Amino acid sequence: MAKKKKNLYQTKPDKISFLACALRLVIAFAAGWIAFYALSYGLIFLLQGELPRILKSILILIPFVTLFVAFIMLPNVQTFLRKRRLRTRRSLAVDIALMIFLGIFGIFSLFPLVYTVVNAFKPMSEIFIFPPKLTVDNPTLDNFLDLSFILEGFDIPLSRYLFNTLIITGLGTFGTVMLGSLAAFALAKYEFPGSRVMSQLIVYALMFSSAVTAIPNYLIMTYLGLVDTYWAVILTAVGGTLGLYLMKNFIGQIPDSLLEAATIDGAQEFTIYWKIIMPLCKPAWITLIILSFQQMWGTTGGVFIYSEELKPLSYVLSQLVSGGIARTGVSSAVSLIMMTVPVAVFVISQSNVIETMSTSGMKD
Amino acid sequence: MTTANKLPLGAAMKKYRNQYLMVAPFAIVFILFTVLPVAASIFLSFTSFNMTSLPDFTGLRNYVTLIVEDDVFLTAIKNTLVFAILTGPLSYIMCFIFAWLINELPPIPRAIMTLVFYAPSISGNVYLVWKLIFSSDTYGYANAWLMKLGFLQEPIYWLTTEAYIMPILIVVQIWMSLGVSFLSFIAGLQTVDRAMYEAGAVEGIKNRWQELWYITLPAMKPQLMFGAVMQITNSFSVSQISLDLVGFPSVNYAGHTIMTHLHDYGNLRYEMGYACTIAVFLFLLMLFCNILVQKVLRKIG
Repeated sequence: MAKKKKNLYQTKPDKISFLACALRLVIAFAAGWIAFYALSYGLIFLLQGELPRILKSILILIPFVTLFVAFIMLPNVQTFLRKRRLRTRRSLAVDIALMIFLGIFGIFSLFPLVYTVVNAFKPMSEIFIFPPKLTVDNPTLDNFLDLSFILEGFDIPLSRYLFNTLIITGLGTFGTVMLGSLAAFALAKYEFPGSRVMSQLIVYALMFSSAVTAIPNYLIMTYLGLVDTYWAVILTAVGGTLGLYLMKNFIGQIPDSLLEAATIDGAQEFTIYWKIIMPLCKPAWITLIILSFQQMWGTTGGVFIYSEELKPLSYVLSQLVSGGIARTGVSSAVSLIMMTVPVAVFVISQSNVIETMSTSGMKD
Repeated sequence: MTTANKLPLGAAMKKYRNQYLMVAPFAIVFILFTVLPVAASIFLSFTSFNMTSLPDFTGLRNYVTLIVEDDVFLTAIKNTLVFAILTGPLSYIMCFIFAWLINELPPIPRAIMTLVFYAPSISGNVYLVWKLIFSSDTYGYANAWLMKLGFLQEPIYWLTTEAYIMPILIVVQIWMSLGVSFLSFIAGLQTVDRAMYEAGAVEGIKNRWQELWYITLPAMKPQLMFGAVMQITNSFSVSQISLDLVGFPSVNYAGHTIMTHLHDYGNLRYEMGYACTIAVFLFLLMLFCNILVQKVLRKIG
């Protein structure tokens, strides 16, 4: 019996260096890239009946496949593929197939992003060559210079747009986190008349997008005299429930005994919130900051803001992007700038976000 | 922590004074800008309202016009449903599969792959690069390569040809749909109790597929339900990529969704009553789908 058990699972602990991981990931990607190309080339040639070329592409493919398989076969690859103490056996062939599958879609996901980044550094002459290339021969900052030149021609200086974005993003994020965490704490840890209805409403509010309510929201904003102020954008964002929902679930898993102890020591609800809950749910509010930052950073103000001097940065930049084919390079530069900030913010805070998301589940 | 069941309402409200104070700021904003708009749009959907004069009650006329007379709306419903039925489940399944595969990796590659798949959904207007990829001249990536390889003789007008508009929008939407639910799945997978897998191995689970079906999926049910809500809501409310990629109105309304129809009446024609009717219709559609899918998902595992 004992012997049979040993065959069933691997118990070897895994130790693997960062470099080895990175190397393998690179190889997996290369193999995925090749497989992606081989598939598309193969399909096209097959349809055209040019057999020799298929053979050619297969020939090109062979070394990479060998490399990929060799990498999978490496002795401690088993531990690269799974970090588990004890698990059922995995077939190697399926492992390889799944990694290639992941690689192909990774390329698909990355390709437009890479294309944007590369285009941003291409000189005009390289943007308009046939066929377009995914590499750049003479990288240049011309597009960024052009961008700053175009922006200088505007009536309103760039710094003003940036200021607007900072105000909207800052206040919106602050509001979401503060109001959201206060309400989340009360709803997650206490049951008072109306708390259930409120919790239920919040879940239902997740089930439709805020775009549906944009028009009546506009009417309400008009009525309150808030149209064409920062508040119109900020308050609609703060009224969203995703942040509160995540926060409430996260606070829900903090043990009650902590709060009971504090209550016995004579702490008021606000003290508990500030001294116990807020430090404990740091990952949750960091996540809220990220999510609301991403949302606010990308907002163009839409119908809520029409004065030019109150428009946020992403509005003016998206105007540039829609400037047509002649602005391809500039618009890639714009896209690059716009995507760098949220991506960087996510990279820094990834572990916090994942920790919060682990409590995002919906209970019955 | 504490329950208020025993107390009369007045006493309970007094006892939980602080809690009410805590919920109040959010509740005010939430009611004003989320609950009230829903109520307002239901009310306005029965009126004719153009923002200059007071709403004029017209009963069910907007709904009749919408369903019986508005041919463009029928196209919009058809497109939205095709869109939602394809991108909703597909992106949901992709979120799960990629999260599941990524979960097998050690921490650093896992973080990198998470970023690779999550980045498109947070990189703002980078999706506009698809306009370049499917550009209708020979400089467009798709055209250029198909021509280089001798597959095409002439460039295809991807974004202005009726047959290609929907497929392209679907590809772009799927590309950028690995968002919050994807993160939720990754996190969910990490919190599945390891002891469950060990127990499963002892109990005779033979391969990864059985492990997935009997242990992982049931353990992740809450995240799966949350992800479903997010994906459904997203797949029904697509409009910006349609407006930006194929323009408005798109050729023969091929990329016209309920949301772009709403945009048309609300932001361009200022027929607010009618726009609210469209909004209510979409609202009910989203809610209905969500509740249906929740019911189905509860049966898993």
